[in-house]
Amino acid sequence: MFRSRKRAIGIAVMAILALVLAACSSTGGKRAAEAAAQGGTSVAAGHANTPHYTIAMITHAAPGDTFWDIIRAGATAAAAKDNITLKYSSDPDPTKQAQLITDAINSKVNGIAVTDPAPAAICPTVKAARAAGIPVVMFNAGVNNWQQCGGLSFFGQDETIAGLAAGKRLASEGAKNVLCVLQAQGQVQLEAWCAGVKAGLGSEGTMSKLYVNGEDNSAMLSSMTAELTRNKSIDAVITLGAPVALVAIQAIAAAHSTTKLYTFDTNAAEIAKIKSGAVQWAVDQQPYLQGYLSVDSLWLYLTNGDVLGGGVTVLTGPAFIDASNVAQVAAYAARGTR
Amino acid sequence: MTATAEAPVTPPPIRDERFGRKSRMARLLARPEAGAVAGAIVIYVFFFIVAPPFRNASSFSSVLYVTSTYGLMVTPIALLMIGGEFDLSAGVAVTSSALCASLFSYEFTTNAWVGVLVALALSLLIGFLNGWIVVKTGIPSFLVTLGTFFVLQGLNIALTQTITNQVASPDISTLQGFSSARVVFSGSFTIGGVNIRTSVIYWLVFVAIATWILLRTRIGNWIFSAGGSPVSARAVGVPVGRVKIGLFMAVGLMAWFTGMHTLFLFNTIQTSQGVGNEFVYIIAAVVGGCLLTGGYGSAVGAAIGALIFGMVNQGIVYAGWNPDWFQTFVGLLLLGAILLNTFIRRRAEAAA
Repeated sequence: MFRSRKRAIGIAVMAILALVLAACSSTGGKRAAEAAAQGGTSVAAGHANTPHYTIAMITHAAPGDTFWDIIRAGATAAAAKDNITLKYSSDPDPTKQAQLITDAINSKVNGIAVTDPAPAAICPTVKAARAAGIPVVMFNAGVNNWQQCGGLSFFGQDETIAGLAAGKRLASEGAKNVLCVLQAQGQVQLEAWCAGVKAGLGSEGTMSKLYVNGEDNSAMLSSMTAELTRNKSIDAVITLGAPVALVAIQAIAAAHSTTKLYTFDTNAAEIAKIKSGAVQWAVDQQPYLQGYLSVDSLWLYLTNGDVLGGGVTVLTGPAFIDASNVAQVAAYAARGTR
Repeated sequence: MTATAEAPVTPPPIRDERFGRKSRMARLLARPEAGAVAGAIVIYVFFFIVAPPFRNASSFSSVLYVTSTYGLMVTPIALLMIGGEFDLSAGVAVTSSALCASLFSYEFTTNAWVGVLVALALSLLIGFLNGWIVVKTGIPSFLVTLGTFFVLQGLNIALTQTITNQVASPDISTLQGFSSARVVFSGSFTIGGVNIRTSVIYWLVFVAIATWILLRTRIGNWIFSAGGSPVSARAVGVPVGRVKIGLFMAVGLMAWFTGMHTLFLFNTIQTSQGVGNEFVYIIAAVVGGCLLTGGYGSAVGAAIGALIFGMVNQGIVYAGWNPDWFQTFVGLLLLGAILLNTFIRRRAEAAA
């Protein structure tokens, strides 16, 4: 019994190994990606000979949100160029994010880059960092509060301006009933986007909101299908994140809806969908730039005392990615920098 | 004592309440799923009235779909709970399995089916480890699987980030074997103009298999006794440890199946997915009549529990209620379903 079971396991392992060796795919996969990427996969810009610094980047990224991959890619590229060790951490809960900032202060890093989705929790720790003599730049979230908090610079887009731009463009393209899909409840920047879209539409159209569970693709698909089935007058769906847009494509098909699809933020898979026409356009806040500039500006401050922005927000968006420029952007997106 | 030719005297019928046949209604109400059925009917009628789109066949197919994505996991979780254990790692285990299949076949550029098989092995291993630790140490499964929940969640994020520098798995839709795997795990078909996803069929089949195991096989008896009274079960020779490890591995098997469904439907998987679903599975099983203390419940009841959850989820959207209140509505309707369930069971027990 024991012996035969051992033998059975052995045979199973051998069979799996044989399968692995025999069953290589001749299409797709990493091999194809590597073949396509011949000739440079990153934005490299030499290497500085300035003193070595450690910079902490602390964001409110939810684990699993592809948007933050691009921010991190930008920060990593700048750190590599600037002879900097980058310590990245994140927590979507503001009080835990504040704790991470305090940890960075206690470990005496040379500079801190933070996002500020909840000023009440984040601001005091930013002030504490400045009091401890650590330069702080802010990016992505907190555009209205960063000066009071004591940040040196801010890199990001104004969510309301971005929402307005999207709403105005939707109105000019003839959208009448817009559905704004939020993948989380209680997040300031998501609400600001939807509110901006509504304001941008003005009297040209109406906007309704739908909350979906961003942590469950199947539930997202079903909720969006249900809403599109219920409200047949919807002629434009705007999602607030690339992964949601990808699911929305399936929901539109499942509901036999003729609505057009638009989105905030991008990732490589979604840019391919703009190319194929399944997504009309995306509002891009250039997250790579936010990550890169945050680290690079701290390096300039540490090595040359420079401060970027002159006390006003350095806007990285909104930029639109649509049929006219998607071919160029797609190549950058494939390597994870757009 | 001589043989007589007299006809044996037929004893007068004795009415002993222990052998007495209860009325058909009382017997139906005493079944574990009775309360859930009543709750499901109430909620169905409710949304039928308040949400016009809910009445369409295609809308109900959408309800069944979301139900099946939960139901596939609720079925083994119900068996596990009848067997007296919990699995809090079940939600993220689905994502772990999908990530494993996706990353393995992408990184080694293999046929998609190779990744599918590797993920199956991993999922069964996770289930085995959960069960083995619970059985060997005697630590409550609530704590053990809470540990595995965090371990798996961390591994999902850390390994994906290390291997791909991203927090989502790469798109594997161009791999060989992807399209055939999609047909198997995430297909759909159309009957009378209504599109139905095959996951609904799989779910019903698995519920039927689970019911058969519970009610018609020796293993089913072992599961009930392992959960109801492990000490006396062990005393009469039930291999309680092996039953429990087997149940955890059944959860692993279905986590694999659900993970494959999600992976081949959406091409890529985000590392954070699945967190929170472990409670949906347990809630659905409890709404369906499984006791938190083990030893009591049914697979059909758990399936109806999942259906209640699916109907509430979709019905609120179809009704077009203010989305800010969505989760409050979900909570209130589920609470109502559980109260109704408890009320009916108490009535049935009192009547019996």
